[in-house]
Amino acid sequence: MSAVREQVRRRSGAPARARTFVITPVVVVYLALAVLLVIGSVLVGLHGGVLLDHGGVLNILTRGTVLGLVAIGQTLVIVTGSLDLSVAYLVGLCSLVAAETMAGSTAMIVPGVLAALAVAAVVGLVNGLVITVLKANAFIATLGVALVLRGYLEHNYTGPAGTVPRAFQHIGYDRIGPVPVAALLMLLLAAAAWWYLRRTRTGYHMYAVGGDVDVARLSGVRTGRTIVTAHVLCAVMAGLAGVFLAGRLGSGAPYVGTDAGYDLESIAAVVLGGTALAGGRGGVAGTIGGVLILSTLDTIFDDLELDSFFKDVVRGVVLIAAVALYARRRTAGRSA
Amino acid sequence: MAVTHATPGAEHPVAVVRLEGIEKSFFGVPVLRGVDLSLRAGEVHALVGENGAGKSTLLKVLAGVHRPDAGRIVVRDEEVSFAAPRDAQAAGIAIIHQEFTLLEHRTVAENVFLGREPVRRGQVDRRAMETETRRLLDWLGEDGIEPGTEVARLSVARKQVVEIVKALSADATVLAMDEPTAALADNEVELLYGLVRRLRDRGIAILYVSHRMREVFDLSERITVLKDGAFVTCAPTADLDTDQVVRHMVGRPLEALYPERTGVPGAVRIALRGAGNERVRNLTFDVRTGEIVGVAGLQGSGRSAIARAIWGVEPFTTGTVELDGVPTRLTGPRTAVRKGIGYVTEDRKGEGLALRQSVRDNTLLVRRAACRGAEARHKADLARLLGSVAVVARSPHQEVRYLSGGNQQKVVLGKWLAVRPRVLIVDEPTRGVDVGAKQALYRLLRELADDGMAILMISSELPELIGMSDRILVMREGALAGELPAGADEETVMALATGHGAAA
Ligand SMILES: Nc1ncnc2c1ncn2[C@@H]1O[C@H](COP(=O)(O)OP(=O)(O)OP(=O)(O)O)[C@@H](O)[C@H]1O
Ligand SMILES: [Mg+2]
Repeated sequence: MSAVREQVRRRSGAPARARTFVITPVVVVYLALAVLLVIGSVLVGLHGGVLLDHGGVLNILTRGTVLGLVAIGQTLVIVTGSLDLSVAYLVGLCSLVAAETMAGSTAMIVPGVLAALAVAAVVGLVNGLVITVLKANAFIATLGVALVLRGYLEHNYTGPAGTVPRAFQHIGYDRIGPVPVAALLMLLLAAAAWWYLRRTRTGYHMYAVGGDVDVARLSGVRTGRTIVTAHVLCAVMAGLAGVFLAGRLGSGAPYVGTDAGYDLESIAAVVLGGTALAGGRGGVAGTIGGVLILSTLDTIFDDLELDSFFKDVVRGVVLIAAVALYARRRTAGRSA
Repeated sequence: MAVTHATPGAEHPVAVVRLEGIEKSFFGVPVLRGVDLSLRAGEVHALVGENGAGKSTLLKVLAGVHRPDAGRIVVRDEEVSFAAPRDAQAAGIAIIHQEFTLLEHRTVAENVFLGREPVRRGQVDRRAMETETRRLLDWLGEDGIEPGTEVARLSVARKQVVEIVKALSADATVLAMDEPTAALADNEVELLYGLVRRLRDRGIAILYVSHRMREVFDLSERITVLKDGAFVTCAPTADLDTDQVVRHMVGRPLEALYPERTGVPGAVRIALRGAGNERVRNLTFDVRTGEIVGVAGLQGSGRSAIARAIWGVEPFTTGTVELDGVPTRLTGPRTAVRKGIGYVTEDRKGEGLALRQSVRDNTLLVRRAACRGAEARHKADLARLLGSVAVVARSPHQEVRYLSGGNQQKVVLGKWLAVRPRVLIVDEPTRGVDVGAKQALYRLLRELADDGMAILMISSELPELIGMSDRILVMREGALAGELPAGADEETVMALATGHGAAA
């Protein structure tokens, strides 16, 4: 019998050993980013400009900052197997809450920020509870919350409101060399989110819940709590984006989030970064790559002075290509 | 590891866990009707019953997945009530469920500690997780699994080992296993036996659910029988024999398990000539109408690869395949279905069933995809079809995921019979199927053969392979190691399959 056992061991052991360098989606994203920067530089160069000069880098990073904040939160939610479509309206709402609370007074900066984040957290909590307690599908639940937020904004605002004190507007414009301070803060938050997902228990549970809720539950994970946590964190990130935008604009604006399409844009960045829309795999590192690809594309288009239709087509094609690529790798991986 | 040796069937039969009068209904249909069960430290307690008898449901009550409608759960003389699986875990109860509970894209260690990750200074202590996983794997004598490997890369048998390690790592005093060997080949079952005995000797109370009578009698000290959700009997294994247990389960004595070989093989239906691909090579054999040809071999020897190649999922790249004497290229499942080839896969959850659809929709899935204008005849046939494979479901509209494991398997079979294929490949057809239903299934397969179907049967259960096959093909390392006539004995088959010992 021991001969048989040996045989079995050898047979099934072989494929498990192959632990060479694997091309993960994260590697693919950053390779794609590098390629894009090269191609972009050439194209913009032919057009008589320079892509990666001082202004170009600044442009890419500035564009990426707000989307990055929202997309980091979206990553947490998507990894957990959920989705948040309410972020765009939430960004607008939080910019208003922050600006109106501050009302031009430097002393009110901290309360303003806290109020905005508290509102965001509450909205995230509602999202999470509707999904876990009422067992509503995440797509529908967060769409519903988005509609409620829209209703509120439409009913109460017609345009910008509140004033942000000058001291706080600095956050929107200060920089170190070509790097905006806000972009640095965003990257710092990305690092924190990476650590959170990869190193903490709740992070582990987010992957588990996204991978298979039933398995997670049977293994003793508090699945409801994990989903709610992800939604609250996602909403708080959107809140931060709103606060930052208020700082940049000098006041709150109800539709800053939706005009930029941060709901779908953030999901696109996450998916572009290699996170599975079904949940359970992926992470923040890829998302930041995805964000940078999108903002680089935009910058290139601006430099080339292309019309917006063409822009959208290219973005769409890039997204589809990325998803197709990951799907391919996945099936190939399965039969290997 | 400190291994405390308690004598099996100890003098002081302290019940670690007692289930008393457990009742449970789903949507008003009673599934458990007052079941009693007591588990003692250092004892293996077998739980048997037909498909749908409620075994898994009872385990899930013990696991905190389902709340009983009535009855008490007593752990160490204290009544408890579990709101969620984590409560049961906290009470020292670990369950290995019938279906895998592993996350494919996480590592072995991450799966083992899922929900109980050790934390150090705010971070998950991955070092500790991997070390502890390594230690448990070593203790089990499994040196082929690395704690850092992604679970998706492991074979089914190894996943089962990880599942066991996961249960063990919880420091459980009670371990319930729901058909742990269903996914294992005969020789791997031996490994599991050793494991179960070692755990028992450590003083762990073990509840063991299985349809394989041999295992039940080899391992257990006591046997509890369930029938239709009701408690039938509980007796020491030594006081029972297989026939008695089967009689309790089925409610009547069971005659010969395997039907007689009655038919006479006809013309060659499917012929492989030097066929091969990445996984198998140089296969040359025929299957005739009216014939059941068994395929034996170890896990990974290429048995299922033959089926997948014929069915066109991973087609042959060399050699030829002839159907009724006509060379045919089988390039995908759709072609295969059109050509009258049916394939009952071994992985019913992954490939065989649409779990959220009804029994009816699943059964008619292939027929709807492959035939036209037959809608009118659907209804009349369905009852007969499901009857012929003995599916126990509340109605044809019940979602398949709510069926018991064995009944799911029967639905997969029914799905293919609905298109009346001319070649039927069955891969582990009786995995998780109860004895009574096994007998019915064997009869059905034999009748289909007698009606002129050509059947290729892949199985890890040697007794069934030998009992059913008219000829046995033995695979070894991707190639045909030999062919044996009907009624060959187990040793001969194993010798061929392993290439060791007195090969014929
Ligand atoms: N969640 C559920 N909802 C509805 N019905 C269910 C559910 N779980 C189980 N059932 C039903 O309860 C009955 C008992 O199922 P159970 O899985 O306990 O059987 P089993 O004894 O484990 O069978 P098998 O040997 O096939 O695994 C079946 O008729 C099944 O359809
Ligand atoms: Mg079961």
